[in-house]
Amino acid sequence: METVLAILSGVLTAAAVWLMLSGNLLRFLFGLLLLSNAVNLAIFAAGRLTEGAPPLLGAGGALPGHEMANSLPQALLLTAIVIGFGLFAFALALTIRAYRAFGHLEIDRMRLAEPEEDRQ
Amino acid sequence: MSWTLALPILMPFVTAALAFLLRNRRGSGWVSVAGSAVSLALAIQLLLAVLDHGVIATQMSAWAAPFGITLAADYLSAAMVLITAIISLAVAVWSMAEVGQISTRMGWHGLFQTLIGGVTGAFLTGDLFNLYVWFEVLLISSFGLLVIGGRRQAIDGAVKYVALNLISTVMFLCAAGLLYGATGTLNMADLRAAVAAHPDQGLMTVIAMMFMFGFGLKAAVFPLFFWLPASYHTPHYAVSAVFAGLLTKVGVYALIRVFTLIFVDDQGYTHGILLWIACLTMLTGVLGAAAQSDFRKILSFHIVSQIGYMVLGLALMTPLALAGAIFYLIHHIIVKANLFLVAGIARRLTGGSGLGAMGGLYRAAPLLAVLFLIPAFSLAGFPPLSGFWAKYVLVKASLDLGDWIVAGVALLTGLLTIYSMTKIWAEAFWKPHPDGREPALDRIPARPRALLLAPVVVLALMTVGIGLVPQPFLDFATTAAGQLLDPVLYVATVLGDRAP
Repeated sequence: METVLAILSGVLTAAAVWLMLSGNLLRFLFGLLLLSNAVNLAIFAAGRLTEGAPPLLGAGGALPGHEMANSLPQALLLTAIVIGFGLFAFALALTIRAYRAFGHLEIDRMRLAEPEEDRQ
Repeated sequence: MSWTLALPILMPFVTAALAFLLRNRRGSGWVSVAGSAVSLALAIQLLLAVLDHGVIATQMSAWAAPFGITLAADYLSAAMVLITAIISLAVAVWSMAEVGQISTRMGWHGLFQTLIGGVTGAFLTGDLFNLYVWFEVLLISSFGLLVIGGRRQAIDGAVKYVALNLISTVMFLCAAGLLYGATGTLNMADLRAAVAAHPDQGLMTVIAMMFMFGFGLKAAVFPLFFWLPASYHTPHYAVSAVFAGLLTKVGVYALIRVFTLIFVDDQGYTHGILLWIACLTMLTGVLGAAAQSDFRKILSFHIVSQIGYMVLGLALMTPLALAGAIFYLIHHIIVKANLFLVAGIARRLTGGSGLGAMGGLYRAAPLLAVLFLIPAFSLAGFPPLSGFWAKYVLVKASLDLGDWIVAGVALLTGLLTIYSMTKIWAEAFWKPHPDGREPALDRIPARPRALLLAPVVVLALMTVGIGLVPQPFLDFATTAAGQLLDPVLYVATVLGDRAP
């Protein structure tokens, strides 16, 4: 299972880098989304995966006899998903504003803050 | 649970809520000012407690140390919280005269206070994942502050700022997750022993480099600084000032914390890279500044080059060098925020921010000229101002190690800093205004003039004060550096009985 997740995470990262380098702001954002999901999967796997062994205490607080996954990374990545969602929503709104302001989403042509003639 | 540690974080958020609710009322900015004043009192109280005990720590919700979230303050953290509160108060007062009604109604003061809350939280937390959360809090507030008002130029800057900072965030998160997977803890004090005891030191170095990337991007070091000069000159001047003073310094603080407390087992590699980064950051930043012809753009590139000095102190890792880095950090926050505030007043008087459109300030507003010269000379390292001692300590530390090249780069950077400051001086202050305008200070009505000048004067006096009486500050920085290099007390205070 870890192998599958590792490969999946790698594929997502590769796709993310490809999208982020394509020079279009919207594609960049989708790439960022994929990248954060790749990271989430990596954190998920870092907590170890055990099938059919829930991390639950037995009667009287006894520790379960079997090996179990650490559930803290799952809590961490839930937090990360929520935060990532908020940031992504902001980034999308910003993209819309950028499109309205410039009429295009090509990153190389966004030079309003750093005009070319500045480079004396 | 000790309120001494929790209140400095809580106060900005309470203020933010109040300021946001009252944003449509007249004088809602005063809520922000009052909240910042209370924050300052709380920060002083925290510093006194730290001076008493050395290190203080508290466990949130009384969950014992490596399991719950720890708040901890040593000398460095307490000093950073205090300086944050000072800048917060200064900018809150200044913004009353500068931030317009529209931005106020959109919740400028609320966003500003959440930013301060995030910064304070990042300085006080003793838990890596919690640090990630504080980074997010300050990041989302800074996004809001950047685009508020919606000028096209600001949107353009914000696109680059948001995109690159989100990448750093993802990297930081990934590093924290992998570190937990490898060691089973996120408590920074606990991580020190856990990382040292880990059988695969190569893996630890890889994770260390991921942290270096994440924090390095936030700190704007070479070659990760491109978002900074792309965005810092676009928002409100008040926003520029607080960003310039505090935001990159959170990255530097995180670098110092992580590379003195947790990743210290392969210093030849990690700190060797930091040394290269430091030198290249100093040089590229100051060369970038020399090529610019806009008041705020020059100042922005200077932030980059000054970050290099702080990273240099961390990279050398001797007690003197770290003390220099801490001294530099505190001096720089005051000076840089102040320079941006001066730039704001200069723009208001001359009606431009490009150096070509400015002029006549020396003749018409000599007080402003003096108020510019103090932080500018301090930044360049003229005695007897605070920047001289900061640079002196760092150069001496590198000479003590026989690192002539590093010392040479640091001195050269200082020289080039003077060059670009001279450019601002000659263009904005010395030459006559291109339209023949008389940019005298009394063009601004009395009340906003007082609000604009008071913070600038106070910050300039602090620079002079630190410069004239450097010894107590150097002693403080030396103690702070000692705590960082030998964090026994920090670890023992945080972990209690569980300390190794």
